[in-house]
Amino acid sequence: MEHQTAAFIIVIAAIFTNNILLSNFLGMCSFLVCSRQLETAAGLGVAVTFVMTCTATLNYAIYHWVLVPLHIDHLTFIVFIAVIAAFVQFVEMFVERFSPKLYHALGIFLPLITVNCAILGASLFLVIRKYSFTQSIGFGFGAGVGWALAIILMAGLRKKMGYSNIPAPFQGVATAMLVTGVMAMTFMGFAGMVSIQ
Amino acid sequence: MSIVVSSLVLAGLFAALAGVLTFAEKVLINYGVCQIDINRQERVLEVEGGQSLLSALFENEIYIPSACGGKGSCGYCKVRVVSGGGPVLPTETPYLTRRESRSGVRLACQVKVREDLEIVVPEEYLNVKLFQAVVESTRELTYDIKEITLALREPPEIEARPGQYVQIEAPTPDGSEYRAYSISSPSYLVRDKVELNVRLVPGGIGSTYLHGLQKGDAVTFTGPYGEFALSEDPEVEVVCVGGGVGMAPIKNLVYSICARWPERSCFMFFGCRGPRDIFYYDEFRALAADHPNLRVIYALSDPLEPGESWDGETGFIHLAVDRYLKQDGTRRQAFLCGPPPMIEAVTQVLAAKGLAEQDVFYDKF
Repeated sequence: MEHQTAAFIIVIAAIFTNNILLSNFLGMCSFLVCSRQLETAAGLGVAVTFVMTCTATLNYAIYHWVLVPLHIDHLTFIVFIAVIAAFVQFVEMFVERFSPKLYHALGIFLPLITVNCAILGASLFLVIRKYSFTQSIGFGFGAGVGWALAIILMAGLRKKMGYSNIPAPFQGVATAMLVTGVMAMTFMGFAGMVSIQ
Repeated sequence: MSIVVSSLVLAGLFAALAGVLTFAEKVLINYGVCQIDINRQERVLEVEGGQSLLSALFENEIYIPSACGGKGSCGYCKVRVVSGGGPVLPTETPYLTRRESRSGVRLACQVKVREDLEIVVPEEYLNVKLFQAVVESTRELTYDIKEITLALREPPEIEARPGQYVQIEAPTPDGSEYRAYSISSPSYLVRDKVELNVRLVPGGIGSTYLHGLQKGDAVTFTGPYGEFALSEDPEVEVVCVGGGVGMAPIKNLVYSICARWPERSCFMFFGCRGPRDIFYYDEFRALAADHPNLRVIYALSDPLEPGESWDGETGFIHLAVDRYLKQDGTRRQAFLCGPPPMIEAVTQVLAAKGLAEQDVFYDKF
C-alpha cells in the first residue's frame, strides 16, 4: 500500500515540482521547435507521454532483471537508447497500421522522440533515484505529462507573443528561452507541495 | 568474464529487438493487394500494398519523371491523386503550389499505397518505356562537353518527338538517381540510337557518370519525356534558340525539320561565351548550304581573347534574335533551351515579336 501512495506522489511531483523540462531542462530542442502551434505541441506532448511511460517500464524491467543480476550495469546507456529507438519504431509501425488518423496526427513526431533527451533522462532518473517498479511507471507517466504540460503552456504563450511588439534582437528563440526561464521559476511555486529527490 | 557477458547480453538484446521489429514489419506492414486506377479505368494495376506509389508505378512499367529516386528531394514525380492516399505530408508541401495541393497533386514517392487509389497521370507518361542500351561511341565536342551515342538493345527503337528528353539512371553510393538529358539525334530519322550532349559539371552525379563511360558500357534510361511539340504545318516558321550546353534539343529539331520539310523556314540561334565553347558549327553550316531556308546564327557574348578570331555575330543571343526576326506576321513556333536568364531575355524578345505564350516552348536548367 505504501508503494502505491508513493507512486501517486511521484506522479504529481514529476508533473509539478520536479518537471523534467522546467527543472532539469531536458528535451529542450523539440520543446523550442514544436511549440509554435498549439495542435503540434499537444500532439507531440501526447506522443512523448505515451513513449515515456512505456520505455520507463521496459527499461526498468531490463535494468533490474537483466543488467543488475549479470553485473553489467555499465551498459545502461547503450541498452536504454536501443530500447527506446526500437520501441519508437515499433509504435510508429503499429499506429500507421491501425490508426491512419492518429498516425497523421502523431506519426511525424515519433522520429523526433527517439532523440528526445527527456525520454532517456526519465529512464536514467529511475535508476539513479532507485524507484520501485510501480514508482517507475508513475514517474515515466508523470514526467511525460509534465513535459506535455510545459510544451502546451509554451505554445499558448507563444501564440500570445505573436501579437506583442518584441524588439528585434529578442525575437524568436531568445524570447522563448526567457519565457521558459520565467515558467521554470513559476513552477518553483509548487515546491512546497510534494518533493522527490 | 564481464566482457564476455557484456558482449553476449548486448548481442542477444539487439538481436531480440531486431527480431521483434522484423516480425512487426512482416505482420503490420502488410496491406494486401491494392488497386491503382489510372486515368479513369484506362489502366488498373494490382500492386502489393505498403510501398510508395512511385515504386508501385515503376514496377508496372509506368515511368513518371523522378530525379532523386524517391527521396522527396526533386519534386518531379507529381501525379494527381483523386481518391485515397491520405492527406498531403509536410515533406511534400515545399514542392506543391497552393493550386496544386487543392486539386490533389501529390509527390508519388511520398504517397504510400495503403488502400485502393485513383490517380491521373499525363497521357504521355503511359508511353514512357525503360530502355537498355550500350555506349556506341563518345566524342569530345568542347573542353567540357561530350557527345555520347547510345545504341538501343531492349526495346530496339524509341519513338520520341524532336526536343524530348530521357532520364539516365546514374548509380550513386545510396541507390540510383535519374538525370534528364535531351536527345540530340534527329528523332524523325534515328530511332535505334539516342545521342546526348553532356557537359561535365564538377561533382555532378549524372555528368560524372556519363563522362566516365567507355564504349560498350551498359546504360539504362527511361523516356521519352517533355512537352516540346513541333507543329506539323510546314508554313509555321521554327525559331530555335540555344545557349551553353542547350544544344541537344535544338540540334534534334533542326535536323528533324530539314529531313521532313527541306524547304521549311527555320532559324537556329546559338549563344556561346567564347570560341572554345563553339561546337557543331561546321555541321550546321554544311546543312544550311543544302537548305536555303535554314539560317544558322552563332553569337559570342565575351570579348575575344588575344589570338582568337571570330567573324560571326557578337553580343548576347537574344539581341541577335531581335535583329534577325522580322515583325511581318509570319506564324512562328519557338523552342528555347539554356540557362534561365537567357530564356527570360529571349521570351521577352519573342513576345515583342508577337509570339503567343503557347507557341514558345522552353527547357530551363
